[in-house]
Amino acid sequence: MTRTIVIVGAGQAAAQAIQTLQANEFDGKIALVGDEAYVPYERPPLSKGLLAGEIELEKLFFKKPAYFAEKGIDLRLKTTVTRIERAAKRLKLDDGSTLAYDQLLLATGARVRRISIPGADLPGIHYLRGIDDVLGIRAELAPGKRLVLVGAGYIGLEVAAVANKLGAEVLVLEMMDRVMARVVAPPVSAFYDQVHRAAGVDIRLQTGVVAFEGDGRVTAVVTDKGDKVAADMVIVGIGVVPNVELAKDAGLAVDNGIVVDDCCRTSDPDIFAAGDVTNHPSALMGRNIRLESVQNAVSQGRAAALAMLGKPEPYNEVPWFWSDQYDLKLQIAGLSEPTDEAIVRGDPATRKFSVAYLRDGVFVAINTINMLKDFLPAKKLIAEKRVVDKPKLADPNVSLKEL
Amino acid sequence: MSKIIVTTQKGKTREVKGASGSSLMEILRDADMGVAAICGGVCSCATCHVYINGEWEKKLPPRSEEETDLLKELESYDPSASRLSCQIEFTEELDGLTLTVAPEE
Repeated sequence: MTRTIVIVGAGQAAAQAIQTLQANEFDGKIALVGDEAYVPYERPPLSKGLLAGEIELEKLFFKKPAYFAEKGIDLRLKTTVTRIERAAKRLKLDDGSTLAYDQLLLATGARVRRISIPGADLPGIHYLRGIDDVLGIRAELAPGKRLVLVGAGYIGLEVAAVANKLGAEVLVLEMMDRVMARVVAPPVSAFYDQVHRAAGVDIRLQTGVVAFEGDGRVTAVVTDKGDKVAADMVIVGIGVVPNVELAKDAGLAVDNGIVVDDCCRTSDPDIFAAGDVTNHPSALMGRNIRLESVQNAVSQGRAAALAMLGKPEPYNEVPWFWSDQYDLKLQIAGLSEPTDEAIVRGDPATRKFSVAYLRDGVFVAINTINMLKDFLPAKKLIAEKRVVDKPKLADPNVSLKEL
Repeated sequence: MSKIIVTTQKGKTREVKGASGSSLMEILRDADMGVAAICGGVCSCATCHVYINGEWEKKLPPRSEEETDLLKELESYDPSASRLSCQIEFTEELDGLTLTVAPEE
């Protein structure tokens, strides 16, 4: 009998898993269940090109919608899985039907963390995770509109850059004492803070939000300093939470994500998981981690597909990320910690520099800003856990390959 | 519809249909040719690396500084043939283009 692989979640990990299954000439059946109305698409351009109106929606789709029919993939969009019945090896769907599987891939991703303060449900308050969110934001964003962004992470700052270019009046509110505090070192935060302010974006640090006000629609944001800020619209970007409920209800091991091994296998031999939703071992960090990243979703999507095909290849890649703001290409490799020593290579004033992170002398992470040539050599140094010569590292004229 | 002759990492040769207005990376990805293209085509990751040889190479737009900065750092870099397929827009003039998908790094 033909084997059936069911993939739950139609994001980047699912798209890669399908690509890997096809490239390996998988001859069984594939079913894909996604709760959005779209075939798998790229999320990174949502807060950049799609929001700016520079990219057409269709460009985001990994495969044209016709691909799924051509390949005989059972595509179920706008559909939610309500339960995994592990003993019967089938799924209950929200339309009342069931879907049998031989192998199941959970690629359920993450959802935005919602803010729970008075007024949080007022119209005009947005989040950004999917295509529909961006279409909703774009319908309201216009020159002169007063936009308040809650949270100065990647999403908040990318949106700030785009909205500023579109002529909106942008204010960013951030709880921490610097922007992108969770992912970059102080010199990089300081650089981006200055770039945004120079472009006309207002940033208030160490400022929390305690309420939204408005009659039928948001008109003001109240901060924990007691200030009231006028707003025509608000976008909240305060992180995401993994969609683990299905796995948890089915009794799979869950601990800040679905627990998987380095081949994306869960505690059930027929169930696999990939992407933002997984808690997986990191040889680099020497512990389990959960990543919110495209690179991880793609690499795990591939690893899960290979494991399902019976050709497991352990996944162990240096995590990497990127963020585009204005003319600046920020690339991040490795996972830095606040206690790491940050070494600046080059002059931030030139808008082209890198910051390397050392932990006990070991090269553990890098941020490159318009400095692509440092990126791949740094990834190798990080993978090798290399101890490097500090004066050489601080000299931007010394190639990282020579360290 | 124009075509592209692709040799995959596994050494298999396939003919893939290409439409103008798409990047070479998008065409390869759509056809499951084993191109990861993790960054989605913004010249950030070098996971859409291909080799394009000889006459065809001359018909392509020149490499940008960014593309060169990434390519030069790859172990599988070939100065005469390496390209990032996301940086090449497919046009009718490239009908019959022959390329090889580079190994993953």
